[in-house]
Amino acid sequence: MKIAITTSGRDLTSPIDERFGRASGFIIFDTETGAHEYLDNKQNLQAAQGAGIQSAKTVMDAGVSVLITGNVGPKAYATLSAGGVEIFLKNGGTVDDAIVEYKAGSLSKTGGANVEGHW
Amino acid sequence: MNIAIASGKGGTGKTTVAMALATCYARNSLSVALLDCDVEEPNVNLFLKAGIDTTEPVSVLIPEVDEPSCNGCGECERICAFNAIVLVRAKPLLFAEMCHSCGGCYHVCPERAIKEIGKEIGFIESGTRDGIAYAGGRLNIGEAMSPPLIREVKRRHSDSGTRIIDSPPGTSCPAVEAVKDSDFVVLVTEPTPFGLNDLNLAAGAVRALGIPFGVVVNRADIGGDSFTAEYAKRGYDIIASIPHSREIAEGYSRGDCVSYIVERFRAEIENIASYAEHQARRNARV
Repeated sequence: MKIAITTSGRDLTSPIDERFGRASGFIIFDTETGAHEYLDNKQNLQAAQGAGIQSAKTVMDAGVSVLITGNVGPKAYATLSAGGVEIFLKNGGTVDDAIVEYKAGSLSKTGGANVEGHW
Repeated sequence: MNIAIASGKGGTGKTTVAMALATCYARNSLSVALLDCDVEEPNVNLFLKAGIDTTEPVSVLIPEVDEPSCNGCGECERICAFNAIVLVRAKPLLFAEMCHSCGGCYHVCPERAIKEIGKEIGFIESGTRDGIAYAGGRLNIGEAMSPPLIREVKRRHSDSGTRIIDSPPGTSCPAVEAVKDSDFVVLVTEPTPFGLNDLNLAAGAVRALGIPFGVVVNRADIGGDSFTAEYAKRGYDIIASIPHSREIAEGYSRGDCVSYIVERFRAEIENIASYAEHQARRNARV
């Protein structure tokens, strides 16, 4: 199973990016193989509108079924939900911390957007 | 002939000047309309107090997908420049509030699975008072797309000889939509650093649109002389200066400042009116 974690860096020791739509990038982590890859999100950083929707598309195209990020807005939430992606919120810490906490079951799953669009 | 009143910065006195001009033209027996295009915060009729004869809803077209007919090809998503329609698990997901009503998805759908339906975004009220024909738009709360409503307000009272367009502040799409196609723009400013900064932005936008403009300095005595030099340096044509006055502020808060201004600053208002009319006519001819 693949997990996407928003990050401001490029590897597992990088900090979590608390933004989703305009996150710098994503680490896509495979829980079965332990492999990970980095996906750049630069184009969405510049998007005039719909950044959350496009970020959702990006991670869904990468085949993830779980997203860990700091905050998620209403349109990103709607898109991810339609794609069956579960969203867990975590602010602060590294990508590695997020993976460990997710595996331990200590992250809370969100059932809706926790911020307004353009917060 | 269209004369737009704009400002860049909010609260400089656009509506007050627009009302004063309309009153002045009406007193000179000109056929005049006053169009409130600040549809997110319309306030003209707080002062004009025209009885409303008609209220019309305004709608835009948005797509509606017939899911059984959709084969998930994704053409609609590819053409949408605004991320308003995306394919998730081969099904289109629509974000109506982001749609700019271009109709692209409707036209490219090879399965004819998309039809266009109306979505109400606001309404327009029209009426008349004291020889001034009035129309004003009001955008529904939560609605993001004001330009289609502004465009519709500008179609009202097309038979009036002089149409005064009270524009929204700023220099983004709503302000540009209100000002464009005008024959002359009156930029209302105040002599403060904020006022000057936003005047410069507004002047840049109006110049880019190729519309002649003049500047009215409101509360002209509050900021000192340094601004006069700034206006000259940028080649602004100062049509009139209206000093700060407690009477105007008190009248404004009661909603009846206009008659006071038109009497007390008759020369200034008539000057703006005749200058704007002259410039607009000259521009409309060429």
